[in-house]
Amino acid sequence: MAHLAPAPDRNVPPEQPLPRWDDRRLEIVLGNLLRSGVAVSAAVVFLGACVYLYRHAHEPADYRIFRGEPSDFRTIPGIFQSVLNWRGRGFIQLGLLFLIATPIARVAFSVVGFALERDRLYVAFTLIVLLVLLYSLIGSGLTV
Amino acid sequence: MTILAFTFAVAIVSFAAGLLGSLTGLGGGVVLVPLLTIFFHVDIRYAIGASLVSVIATSSGAAAAYVKEGFSNIRIGMFLEIATTAGALFGAYLASWIPTTAIAVILGAMLLYSAYISRRPRPPELRNLPPDPVATRLRLNGRFPDLGGERTYNVQRVPAGFSFMFGAGALSGLLGIGSGAVKVLAMDQAMRIPFKVSTTTSNFMIGVTAAASAGVYLSRGYVDPGLSMPVMLGVLAGSLLGSRILVKADTKSLRLVFSLVIFVLGLQMLYKGFWGRM
Repeated sequence: MAHLAPAPDRNVPPEQPLPRWDDRRLEIVLGNLLRSGVAVSAAVVFLGACVYLYRHAHEPADYRIFRGEPSDFRTIPGIFQSVLNWRGRGFIQLGLLFLIATPIARVAFSVVGFALERDRLYVAFTLIVLLVLLYSLIGSGLTV
Repeated sequence: MTILAFTFAVAIVSFAAGLLGSLTGLGGGVVLVPLLTIFFHVDIRYAIGASLVSVIATSSGAAAAYVKEGFSNIRIGMFLEIATTAGALFGAYLASWIPTTAIAVILGAMLLYSAYISRRPRPPELRNLPPDPVATRLRLNGRFPDLGGERTYNVQRVPAGFSFMFGAGALSGLLGIGSGAVKVLAMDQAMRIPFKVSTTTSNFMIGVTAAASAGVYLSRGYVDPGLSMPVMLGVLAGSLLGSRILVKADTKSLRLVFSLVIFVLGLQMLYKGFWGRM
Protein backbone atom coordinates (compact mmCIF):
# COMPACT_ATOMS: atom_id res chain seq x y z
CA MET A 1 0.00 0.00 0.00
CA ALA A 2 2.67 2.49 1.00
CA HIS A 3 4.18 3.50 -2.32
CA LEU A 4 6.93 6.07 -2.12
CA ALA A 5 6.42 7.30 -5.69
CA PRO A 6 3.22 9.25 -6.45
CA ALA A 7 0.42 7.13 -7.90
CA PRO A 8 0.70 7.03 -11.71
CA ASP A 9 -2.14 8.64 -13.63
CA ARG A 10 -4.65 6.03 -14.76
CA ASN A 11 -4.99 7.45 -18.25
CA VAL A 12 -1.32 7.91 -19.07
CA PRO A 13 1.07 4.97 -18.82
CA PRO A 14 4.38 6.09 -17.25
CA GLU A 15 6.44 5.17 -20.32
CA GLN A 16 4.48 7.77 -22.39
CA PRO A 17 4.89 11.09 -20.56
CA LEU A 18 2.44 12.96 -22.86
CA PRO A 19 0.80 15.98 -21.26
CA ARG A 20 -2.85 15.35 -20.45
CA TRP A 21 -5.53 17.18 -22.40
CA ASP A 22 -6.36 20.35 -20.55
CA ASP A 23 -7.46 23.85 -21.57
CA ARG A 24 -3.87 25.08 -21.87
CA ARG A 25 -2.96 22.39 -24.38
CA LEU A 26 -6.20 22.97 -26.29
CA GLU A 27 -5.39 26.70 -26.48
CA ILE A 28 -1.95 26.00 -27.92
CA VAL A 29 -3.34 23.57 -30.53
CA LEU A 30 -6.16 25.98 -31.50
CA GLY A 31 -3.63 28.84 -31.74
CA ASN A 32 -1.44 26.78 -34.08
CA LEU A 33 -4.47 25.74 -36.13
CA LEU A 34 -5.56 29.37 -36.60
CA ARG A 35 -2.00 30.42 -37.45
CA SER A 36 -1.58 27.71 -40.11
CA GLY A 37 -5.01 28.40 -41.61
CA VAL A 38 -4.22 32.10 -41.91
CA ALA A 39 -0.72 31.42 -43.29
CA VAL A 40 -1.99 29.05 -46.00
CA SER A 41 -4.81 31.39 -47.08
CA ALA A 42 -2.52 34.44 -47.12
CA ALA A 43 0.04 32.56 -49.24
CA VAL A 44 -2.60 31.49 -51.79
CA VAL A 45 -4.13 35.00 -51.92
CA PHE A 46 -0.64 36.49 -52.37
CA LEU A 47 0.12 34.12 -55.25
CA GLY A 48 -3.18 35.11 -56.87
CA ALA A 49 -2.38 38.79 -56.26
CA CYS A 50 0.92 38.47 -58.16
CA VAL A 51 -0.75 36.87 -61.18
CA TYR A 52 -3.70 39.32 -61.10
CA LEU A 53 -1.54 42.45 -60.76
CA TYR A 54 0.94 41.25 -63.40
CA ARG A 55 -1.92 41.03 -65.90
CA HIS A 56 -4.23 43.86 -64.87
CA ALA A 57 -2.14 46.43 -62.94
CA HIS A 58 -2.70 49.28 -65.41
CA GLU A 59 -6.39 48.85 -66.05
CA PRO A 60 -8.77 51.29 -64.31
CA ALA A 61 -10.29 50.17 -60.96
CA ASP A 62 -14.04 50.71 -60.78
CA TYR A 63 -16.32 49.38 -58.06
CA ARG A 64 -19.02 52.07 -58.29
CA ILE A 65 -21.60 49.81 -59.86
CA PHE A 66 -22.46 46.42 -58.40
CA ARG A 67 -22.44 43.79 -61.11
CA GLY A 68 -22.07 40.71 -58.92
CA GLU A 69 -19.30 38.22 -59.49
CA PRO A 70 -19.46 35.74 -62.41
CA SER A 71 -20.08 32.14 -61.33
CA ASP A 72 -16.32 31.43 -61.78
CA PHE A 73 -15.71 33.44 -58.61
CA ARG A 74 -18.74 32.66 -56.45
CA THR A 75 -19.19 28.89 -56.33
CA ILE A 76 -16.71 26.24 -55.21
CA PRO A 77 -16.70 24.34 -58.56
CA GLY A 78 -16.28 27.65 -60.45
CA ILE A 79 -13.37 28.71 -58.24
CA PHE A 80 -11.61 25.34 -58.71
CA GLN A 81 -12.07 25.60 -62.48
CA SER A 82 -10.53 29.08 -62.62
CA VAL A 83 -7.60 27.91 -60.46
CA LEU A 84 -6.98 25.09 -62.95
CA ASN A 85 -6.97 27.74 -65.71
CA TRP A 86 -4.24 29.54 -63.71
CA ARG A 87 -6.32 32.69 -63.20
CA GLY A 88 -5.10 35.11 -60.53
CA ARG A 89 -8.56 35.94 -59.23
CA GLY A 90 -9.36 32.22 -58.98
CA PHE A 91 -6.38 31.80 -56.63
CA ILE A 92 -7.51 34.81 -54.57
CA GLN A 93 -11.00 33.29 -54.14
CA LEU A 94 -9.44 29.91 -53.26
CA GLY A 95 -7.38 31.66 -50.55
CA LEU A 96 -10.55 33.34 -49.26
CA LEU A 97 -12.26 29.92 -49.10
CA PHE A 98 -9.37 28.70 -46.92
CA LEU A 99 -9.80 31.82 -44.79
CA ILE A 100 -13.54 31.14 -44.29
CA ALA A 101 -12.76 27.49 -43.50
CA THR A 102 -10.28 28.45 -40.74
CA PRO A 103 -12.78 29.45 -38.00
CA ILE A 104 -14.98 26.50 -38.95
CA ALA A 105 -12.02 24.13 -38.56
CA ARG A 106 -11.34 25.81 -35.22
CA VAL A 107 -14.86 24.99 -33.97
CA ALA A 108 -14.63 21.44 -35.39
CA PHE A 109 -11.33 20.82 -33.62
CA SER A 110 -12.73 22.26 -30.37
CA VAL A 111 -15.33 19.48 -30.40
CA VAL A 112 -12.47 16.95 -30.55
CA GLY A 113 -10.45 18.83 -27.93
CA PHE A 114 -13.28 18.95 -25.40
CA ALA A 115 -13.99 15.27 -26.09
CA LEU A 116 -10.34 14.48 -25.26
CA GLU A 117 -10.78 16.48 -22.05
CA ARG A 118 -13.89 14.37 -21.39
CA ASP A 119 -15.96 17.52 -20.95
CA ARG A 120 -19.37 16.41 -22.27
CA LEU A 121 -21.08 19.74 -21.62
CA TYR A 122 -18.64 21.62 -23.85
CA VAL A 123 -18.67 18.90 -26.51
CA ALA A 124 -22.43 19.55 -26.70
CA PHE A 125 -21.95 23.36 -26.80
CA THR A 126 -19.38 23.26 -29.60
CA LEU A 127 -21.38 20.67 -31.56
CA ILE A 128 -24.40 23.01 -31.53
CA VAL A 129 -22.26 25.86 -32.89
CA LEU A 130 -20.71 23.59 -35.53
CA LEU A 131 -24.12 22.36 -36.71
CA VAL A 132 -25.52 25.89 -37.01
CA LEU A 133 -22.40 26.92 -38.98
CA LEU A 134 -22.65 23.96 -41.35
CA TYR A 135 -26.39 24.54 -41.76
CA SER A 136 -25.84 28.15 -42.81
CA LEU A 137 -23.01 27.20 -45.19
CA ILE A 138 -24.90 24.36 -46.86
CA GLY A 139 -27.91 26.63 -47.35
CA SER A 140 -25.73 29.33 -48.92
CA GLY A 141 -25.53 27.90 -52.43
CA LEU A 142 -21.72 27.85 -52.50
CA THR A 143 -21.51 24.27 -53.72
CA VAL A 144 -23.91 24.67 -56.68
CA MET B 1 -7.22 55.17 -60.43
CA THR B 2 -5.38 52.16 -61.86
CA ILE B 3 -5.80 48.74 -60.27
CA LEU B 4 -2.22 48.90 -58.97
CA ALA B 5 -2.73 52.24 -57.17
CA PHE B 6 -6.15 51.15 -55.91
CA THR B 7 -4.70 47.91 -54.52
CA PHE B 8 -1.97 49.71 -52.58
CA ALA B 9 -4.31 52.42 -51.24
CA VAL B 10 -6.88 49.85 -50.07
CA ALA B 11 -4.12 47.74 -48.49
CA ILE B 12 -2.90 50.72 -46.42
CA VAL B 13 -6.42 51.59 -45.21
CA SER B 14 -7.03 47.91 -44.42
CA PHE B 15 -3.83 47.75 -42.40
CA ALA B 16 -5.20 50.52 -40.14
CA ALA B 17 -8.58 48.75 -39.97
CA GLY B 18 -6.94 45.47 -38.91
CA LEU B 19 -4.84 47.25 -36.28
CA LEU B 20 -7.87 48.98 -34.71
CA GLY B 21 -10.06 45.89 -35.10
CA SER B 22 -7.65 43.59 -33.28
CA LEU B 23 -7.03 46.11 -30.46
CA THR B 24 -10.73 46.66 -29.78
CA GLY B 25 -12.23 43.22 -30.54
CA LEU B 26 -14.58 44.83 -33.09
CA GLY B 27 -13.13 43.42 -36.32
CA GLY B 28 -12.06 45.56 -39.23
CA GLY B 29 -15.47 46.27 -40.74
CA VAL B 30 -16.30 49.26 -38.53
CA VAL B 31 -13.60 51.34 -40.17
CA LEU B 32 -13.52 49.68 -43.55
CA VAL B 33 -17.12 49.94 -44.77
CA PRO B 34 -17.47 53.75 -44.50
CA LEU B 35 -13.95 54.36 -45.90
CA LEU B 36 -14.46 52.07 -48.89
CA THR B 37 -17.86 53.55 -49.74
CA ILE B 38 -17.02 57.23 -49.13
CA PHE B 39 -13.41 57.57 -50.32
CA PHE B 40 -13.04 54.71 -52.77
CA HIS B 41 -16.60 54.95 -54.20
CA VAL B 42 -17.12 51.21 -53.74
CA ASP B 43 -20.69 49.93 -53.99
CA ILE B 44 -22.02 49.05 -50.52
CA ARG B 45 -22.50 45.38 -51.46
CA TYR B 46 -18.85 44.93 -52.48
CA ALA B 47 -17.88 46.81 -49.31
CA ILE B 48 -19.95 44.43 -47.14
CA GLY B 49 -18.31 41.42 -48.82
CA ALA B 50 -14.85 42.90 -48.22
CA SER B 51 -15.80 43.77 -44.65
CA LEU B 52 -16.75 40.15 -43.89
CA VAL B 53 -13.41 39.00 -45.28
CA SER B 54 -11.69 41.59 -43.07
CA VAL B 55 -13.53 40.41 -39.94
CA ILE B 56 -12.46 36.79 -40.48
CA ALA B 57 -8.87 37.85 -41.24
CA THR B 58 -8.64 40.10 -38.14
CA SER B 59 -10.22 37.46 -35.93
CA SER B 60 -8.08 34.51 -37.04
CA GLY B 61 -4.89 36.56 -37.42
CA ALA B 62 -4.98 38.05 -33.94
CA ALA B 63 -6.71 35.10 -32.19
CA ALA B 64 -3.74 32.83 -32.92
CA ALA B 65 -1.63 35.05 -30.64
CA TYR B 66 -4.35 35.89 -28.09
CA VAL B 67 -5.35 32.25 -27.56
CA LYS B 68 -1.77 31.00 -27.22
CA GLU B 69 -0.81 33.72 -24.76
CA GLY B 70 -3.86 33.01 -22.62
CA PHE B 71 -5.88 36.21 -23.12
CA SER B 72 -8.94 34.81 -24.93
CA ASN B 73 -11.05 32.55 -22.75
CA ILE B 74 -12.05 29.72 -25.10
CA ARG B 75 -14.81 28.44 -22.78
CA ILE B 76 -16.48 31.85 -22.56
CA GLY B 77 -16.12 32.13 -26.34
CA MET B 78 -17.58 28.72 -27.12
CA PHE B 79 -20.43 29.04 -24.62
CA LEU B 80 -21.47 32.49 -25.87
CA GLU B 81 -21.14 31.44 -29.52
CA ILE B 82 -24.28 29.34 -29.05
CA ALA B 83 -26.15 32.57 -28.31
CA THR B 84 -24.59 34.56 -31.17
CA THR B 85 -25.07 31.92 -33.86
CA ALA B 86 -28.67 31.24 -32.78
CA GLY B 87 -29.24 35.00 -32.61
CA ALA B 88 -27.82 35.44 -36.12
CA LEU B 89 -30.30 32.92 -37.54
CA PHE B 90 -33.13 34.65 -35.66
CA GLY B 91 -31.98 38.07 -36.93
CA ALA B 92 -31.87 36.87 -40.55
CA TYR B 93 -35.45 35.60 -40.07
CA LEU B 94 -36.57 38.89 -38.52
CA ALA B 95 -34.96 40.96 -41.28
CA SER B 96 -38.01 40.59 -43.52
CA TRP B 97 -40.42 41.71 -40.74
CA ILE B 98 -38.73 44.60 -38.97
CA PRO B 99 -37.56 47.91 -40.49
CA THR B 100 -33.76 47.80 -40.14
CA THR B 101 -33.61 51.61 -40.06
CA ALA B 102 -35.42 51.68 -36.70
CA ILE B 103 -32.99 49.12 -35.29
CA ALA B 104 -30.03 51.12 -36.60
CA VAL B 105 -31.29 54.19 -34.71
CA ILE B 106 -31.74 52.26 -31.45
CA LEU B 107 -28.33 50.58 -31.77
CA GLY B 108 -26.74 53.95 -32.63
CA ALA B 109 -28.13 55.58 -29.50
CA MET B 110 -27.08 52.58 -27.42
CA LEU B 111 -23.52 52.69 -28.79
CA LEU B 112 -23.16 56.41 -28.03
CA TYR B 113 -24.22 55.70 -24.44
CA SER B 114 -21.85 52.72 -24.25
CA ALA B 115 -18.99 54.83 -25.58
CA TYR B 116 -19.62 57.12 -22.61
CA ILE B 117 -19.80 54.43 -19.91
CA SER B 118 -17.01 52.16 -21.14
CA ARG B 119 -14.35 54.86 -21.47
CA ARG B 120 -13.32 54.60 -17.80
CA PRO B 121 -11.76 51.66 -15.91
CA ARG B 122 -14.08 49.59 -13.75
CA PRO B 123 -14.52 50.94 -10.19
CA PRO B 124 -12.46 48.91 -7.68
CA GLU B 125 -15.53 47.63 -5.78
CA LEU B 126 -16.62 45.77 -8.93
CA ARG B 127 -13.35 43.85 -9.26
CA ASN B 128 -12.37 40.58 -7.59
CA LEU B 129 -16.00 39.65 -6.96
CA PRO B 130 -16.77 36.22 -5.44
CA PRO B 131 -17.43 33.37 -7.90
CA ASP B 132 -20.93 33.06 -9.33
CA PRO B 133 -22.43 29.52 -9.11
CA VAL B 134 -23.52 29.41 -12.79
CA ALA B 135 -20.11 30.61 -14.01
CA THR B 136 -18.40 28.04 -11.77
CA ARG B 137 -20.61 25.22 -13.07
CA LEU B 138 -19.79 26.25 -16.66
CA ARG B 139 -16.08 26.64 -15.79
CA LEU B 140 -15.99 30.17 -17.20
CA ASN B 141 -13.73 31.71 -14.54
CA GLY B 142 -10.14 32.08 -15.64
CA ARG B 143 -6.83 33.86 -15.51
CA PHE B 144 -4.83 36.00 -17.90
CA PRO B 145 -1.35 37.60 -18.05
CA ASP B 146 -1.95 41.16 -16.84
CA LEU B 147 0.82 43.77 -16.99
CA GLY B 148 1.69 43.23 -13.31
CA GLY B 149 1.60 39.42 -13.51
CA GLU B 150 -1.07 36.74 -13.83
CA ARG B 151 -4.55 37.78 -12.65
CA THR B 152 -7.60 35.62 -11.96
CA TYR B 153 -11.20 36.71 -12.49
CA ASN B 154 -14.72 35.50 -11.71
CA VAL B 155 -17.38 35.87 -14.39
CA GLN B 156 -20.64 37.47 -13.17
CA ARG B 157 -24.27 37.56 -14.38
CA VAL B 158 -24.05 34.77 -16.97
CA PRO B 159 -27.77 34.83 -18.01
CA ALA B 160 -27.63 38.58 -18.72
CA GLY B 161 -24.46 38.17 -20.78
CA PHE B 162 -25.96 35.24 -22.70
CA SER B 163 -29.08 37.29 -23.56
CA PHE B 164 -26.93 40.22 -24.70
CA MET B 165 -25.00 37.83 -26.94
CA PHE B 166 -28.21 36.57 -28.49
CA GLY B 167 -29.03 40.22 -29.23
CA ALA B 168 -25.54 40.72 -30.70
CA GLY B 169 -26.08 37.79 -33.05
CA ALA B 170 -29.54 39.02 -34.06
CA LEU B 171 -28.10 42.47 -34.82
CA SER B 172 -25.39 41.01 -37.02
CA GLY B 173 -28.06 39.05 -38.88
CA LEU B 174 -30.22 42.16 -39.26
CA LEU B 175 -27.67 44.89 -39.94
CA GLY B 176 -24.52 42.98 -40.88
CA ILE B 177 -22.41 45.20 -38.62
CA GLY B 178 -21.93 46.15 -34.99
CA SER B 179 -22.07 42.72 -33.39
CA GLY B 180 -18.46 42.94 -32.14
CA ALA B 181 -19.31 46.07 -30.15
CA VAL B 182 -22.26 44.37 -28.40
CA LYS B 183 -20.07 41.31 -27.70
CA VAL B 184 -17.38 43.36 -25.96
CA LEU B 185 -20.00 45.34 -24.02
CA ALA B 186 -21.83 42.18 -22.91
CA MET B 187 -18.62 40.69 -21.51
CA ASP B 188 -17.18 43.91 -20.11
CA GLN B 189 -20.27 45.62 -18.69
CA ALA B 190 -22.73 42.76 -18.03
CA MET B 191 -20.41 39.88 -17.10
CA ARG B 192 -17.67 42.06 -15.55
CA ILE B 193 -14.89 40.22 -17.39
CA PRO B 194 -11.53 42.09 -17.47
CA PHE B 195 -11.33 44.39 -20.50
CA LYS B 196 -8.44 42.65 -22.27
CA VAL B 197 -10.15 39.27 -21.86
CA SER B 198 -13.42 40.77 -23.19
CA THR B 199 -11.88 42.28 -26.33
CA THR B 200 -9.67 39.28 -27.14
CA THR B 201 -12.53 36.82 -26.55
CA SER B 202 -14.79 38.93 -28.77
CA ASN B 203 -12.01 38.90 -31.36
CA PHE B 204 -11.88 35.08 -31.06
CA MET B 205 -15.67 34.85 -31.56
CA ILE B 206 -16.35 37.29 -34.42
CA GLY B 207 -14.58 35.08 -36.99
CA VAL B 208 -17.14 32.31 -36.42
CA THR B 209 -20.10 34.70 -36.66
CA ALA B 210 -18.68 36.16 -39.89
CA ALA B 211 -17.87 32.74 -41.39
CA ALA B 212 -21.52 31.76 -40.90
CA SER B 213 -22.67 34.54 -43.24
CA ALA B 214 -19.58 34.67 -45.53
CA GLY B 215 -20.79 31.68 -47.53
CA VAL B 216 -24.06 33.43 -48.39
CA TYR B 217 -22.34 36.64 -49.45
CA LEU B 218 -19.69 34.80 -51.48
CA SER B 219 -22.34 32.82 -53.39
CA ARG B 220 -24.34 36.02 -54.06
CA GLY B 221 -21.29 37.58 -55.71
CA TYR B 222 -20.54 40.24 -53.04
CA VAL B 223 -16.94 39.09 -52.52
CA ASP B 224 -14.83 40.59 -55.32
CA PRO B 225 -11.32 39.10 -55.58
CA GLY B 226 -9.69 42.33 -56.78
CA LEU B 227 -11.06 44.25 -53.77
CA SER B 228 -10.84 41.49 -51.15
CA MET B 229 -7.19 40.69 -51.92
CA PRO B 230 -5.67 43.98 -50.61
CA VAL B 231 -8.27 44.04 -47.81
CA MET B 232 -7.34 40.56 -46.60
CA LEU B 233 -3.55 41.01 -46.81
CA GLY B 234 -3.65 44.53 -45.29
CA VAL B 235 -6.00 43.61 -42.46
CA LEU B 236 -3.97 40.53 -41.63
CA ALA B 237 -0.73 42.51 -41.31
CA GLY B 238 -2.54 45.14 -39.20
CA SER B 239 -4.06 42.54 -36.89
CA LEU B 240 -0.69 40.85 -36.32
CA LEU B 241 0.79 44.20 -35.25
CA GLY B 242 -2.31 44.92 -33.12
CA SER B 243 -1.98 41.62 -31.27
CA ARG B 244 1.62 42.52 -30.35
CA ILE B 245 0.60 45.97 -29.11
CA LEU B 246 -2.34 44.75 -26.99
CA VAL B 247 -0.13 42.47 -24.91
CA LYS B 248 1.92 45.44 -23.68
CA ALA B 249 -0.77 48.14 -23.74
CA ASP B 250 -2.43 49.35 -20.54
CA THR B 251 -6.17 48.86 -20.22
CA LYS B 252 -6.86 52.57 -19.75
CA SER B 253 -5.68 53.52 -23.24
CA LEU B 254 -7.31 50.44 -24.80
CA ARG B 255 -10.63 51.54 -23.26
CA LEU B 256 -10.22 55.02 -24.73
CA VAL B 257 -9.53 53.63 -28.23
CA PHE B 258 -12.52 51.29 -27.90
CA SER B 259 -14.78 54.08 -26.67
CA LEU B 260 -13.74 56.33 -29.56
CA VAL B 261 -14.32 53.63 -32.18
CA ILE B 262 -17.80 52.71 -30.90
CA PHE B 263 -18.64 56.42 -30.71
CA VAL B 264 -17.91 56.65 -34.45
CA LEU B 265 -19.82 53.41 -35.01
CA GLY B 266 -22.81 54.87 -33.12
CA LEU B 267 -22.79 57.95 -35.36
CA GLN B 268 -22.62 55.67 -38.43
CA MET B 269 -25.65 53.75 -37.17
CA LEU B 270 -27.68 56.91 -36.59
CA TYR B 271 -26.75 58.13 -40.07
CA LYS B 272 -27.73 54.77 -41.53
CA GLY B 273 -31.01 54.85 -39.61
CA PHE B 274 -32.01 58.38 -40.59
CA TRP B 275 -30.75 58.47 -44.17
CA GLY B 276 -31.14 54.79 -44.97
CA ARG B 277 -27.57 54.08 -46.04
CA MET B 278 -23.99 54.06 -44.77
